[in-house]
Amino acid sequence: MISRKLHVILLSSFLLVVATGPLSANEVKSGYEYIKPATRAMQDDDFENPGMFTVERGMELFNEKQHGASKACSDCHGIDGLKMDTKSIARYPVYNEEEAGIVTLQKSISNCRNNIGNKALPTNHPDLIALETFVRNRAFGETVNVQTDGPMAQLLTKGKTIYQTRYGLIDMSCSHCHSLYPGQMIRGQKISQGQGNGFPAYRLDIGEITNLHQRIQQCLTLMRAEPFAADSEEIKLLGLYLMSRSNGLKIETPAVRY
Amino acid sequence: MFIRACKIIFLLAVLVPILGLADDTAALPENYCSWEVVDYAIEKPLCGLGGDAQRGKKIVSDGHLGNCLACPQLPIDGIEAYGTIGPSLDGIASRFTEPQIRVRIVDTRNINPMSIMPGFYRDPRLINRPGKPYRGKTFLTAQQVEDVIAYLVTLK
Ligand code: HEC
Ligand code: HEC
Repeated sequence: MISRKLHVILLSSFLLVVATGPLSANEVKSGYEYIKPATRAMQDDDFENPGMFTVERGMELFNEKQHGASKACSDCHGIDGLKMDTKSIARYPVYNEEEAGIVTLQKSISNCRNNIGNKALPTNHPDLIALETFVRNRAFGETVNVQTDGPMAQLLTKGKTIYQTRYGLIDMSCSHCHSLYPGQMIRGQKISQGQGNGFPAYRLDIGEITNLHQRIQQCLTLMRAEPFAADSEEIKLLGLYLMSRSNGLKIETPAVRY
Repeated sequence: MFIRACKIIFLLAVLVPILGLADDTAALPENYCSWEVVDYAIEKPLCGLGGDAQRGKKIVSDGHLGNCLACPQLPIDGIEAYGTIGPSLDGIASRFTEPQIRVRIVDTRNINPMSIMPGFYRDPRLINRPGKPYRGKTFLTAQQVEDVIAYLVTLK
C-alpha cells in the first residue's frame, strides 16, 4: 500500500515535470514538418495552393481605393505592398504603448484602413482576413521575431498560463497536445507543435483560410470548450504566446494544413 | 510520519488542480449519480446499472461517443487504431479488476492527477469552460460508462 502511494506520487511529480517542461529552442518545428508529403507539395506550388486565391484577393483590396476612402493602402505602402518592411511584419503581434496592450497584424491593418476613411469592418471579416493573408505573405520566408522582453514578458507569462490550462469536456490543455505529444497521432491526425508561422493558412479540413486566432478557436471547439471570443484578452494573449514559440521559424503564409 | 506526509502530498496533488479549475456556476444534472473512490477503485456500478459488452464495444469505437480510439490503441478488428497517445488496452482486464477499470473511465485523475485522459463521468462542475451544448453534462452517460466497462472486462 505504501509503495503504491509512493508510486503514484513519483509518477505524478514526474508527469508534472514533463507537462510543464519548456520547449527548448532548438526543437522548434513548423507544422510543415508534420503534414503529409502531398500537402507539402500543394503548399509549395503557388498554382496548387488554394491559399493563393486569398493572397490575390488581398492584393486587389490593397491596391484599390475602396468606396468612400481617400486613399488606397498602396498609396502609402507601394503598389502590391512593395514598400512594406517585411522585418516589421515578422514582429507581429506587437506591443502598443498607447493601447498598453497587444496589437495583431489584422488590427493594425484595420486601423490603417479606418484612417483612410474606409467603412470599419468587424474582426475577421473576409476582407480583413484577405488583407492580413496578403500582408503576411509579403513577408514570406522572413523569420518570426516576436518581442519577448520589456512589457511583453509579463503578457507572455499570462499567455503561457492560458496555454497550460485545461478546457472543455475533453479537459485537456493546449500544451498536452502541442508540447507533450507532437508527432503522435490523435484521431488519425499527426499532432504538430501548434506553431503560428504558417498562418493565415488554408485548412483542408474546412476548405477555408483561417488566421491564428480562428485556428485557436477551432481547437477549443474540438475540445468541446467555449471558444474565447474574437478580440478577447485571452485570445490575444494565447495568440501572442503561440507566435512567440514560433520565433526563429520562417513565415510560410499561406501554409496548407489539415 | 513519512506515510502521513506522503498522504498530504498526494492529497495536495489531487486537490490543487481540481480546486484550481472548479467552475461551480453549473449545477449538477438531476440524474447524476455520485460515486466514491476507495483504494484507487470504484466498487459499485454507476447508478447500480448493469453494462452490455456489445454496446460498449460500439461506444468505444464511435468518434462521437467514447472517442477512445482518438488516443489509446484498442484490439478491434476492422478498425485501424488511430491514436498513439494512450496505452494499448489489449489485455487490460488481466491487469486491472473491474472496480479499478471503473475509476479509470469515470475520472482517471483520481489515479493520476496529471493524466490527459478525459474523465468520462467526471463531476461536470469541475469542467473548465465547457462549450454551450455540453454544460452540466458528463462525457458519457452512466449507462454508457457501464457498457464500456462491460466491454473492457472481456479484454483478458
Ligand atoms: C486533443 C488534442 C488537441 C488539443 C487539446 C489542442 N489541439 Fe491544437 N491541434 C490539434 C490537432 C490534431 C491539430 C491539427 C494537426 C496539427 O497541425 O497539429 C491542431 C492544430 C493546431 C494549430 C495549427 C498548427 C499548424 O501548423 O497548422 C494551432 C495553432 C493549434 N492547434 C493551437 C491550439 C491551442 C492554442 C490549443 C488550446 C486552446 C490547442 N491547439 C489544443 C489537437 C489539439
Ligand atoms: C485524450 C486521450 C485519451 C482518450 C480520449 C482516452 N484515453 Fe484512456 N488513457 C489515456 C492515457 C494517456 C492513459 C495513460 C494513463 C494516464 O495518463 O492516465 C490512458 C489510460 C487508460 C486506461 C488504463 C490503462 C493502463 O494500462 O493503465 C484505460 C482502461 C483507458 N485509458 C480506457 C479508455 C477508454 C475506454 C476510453 C474511451 C471511453 C479512453 N481511455 C479514452 C488517454 C486517453
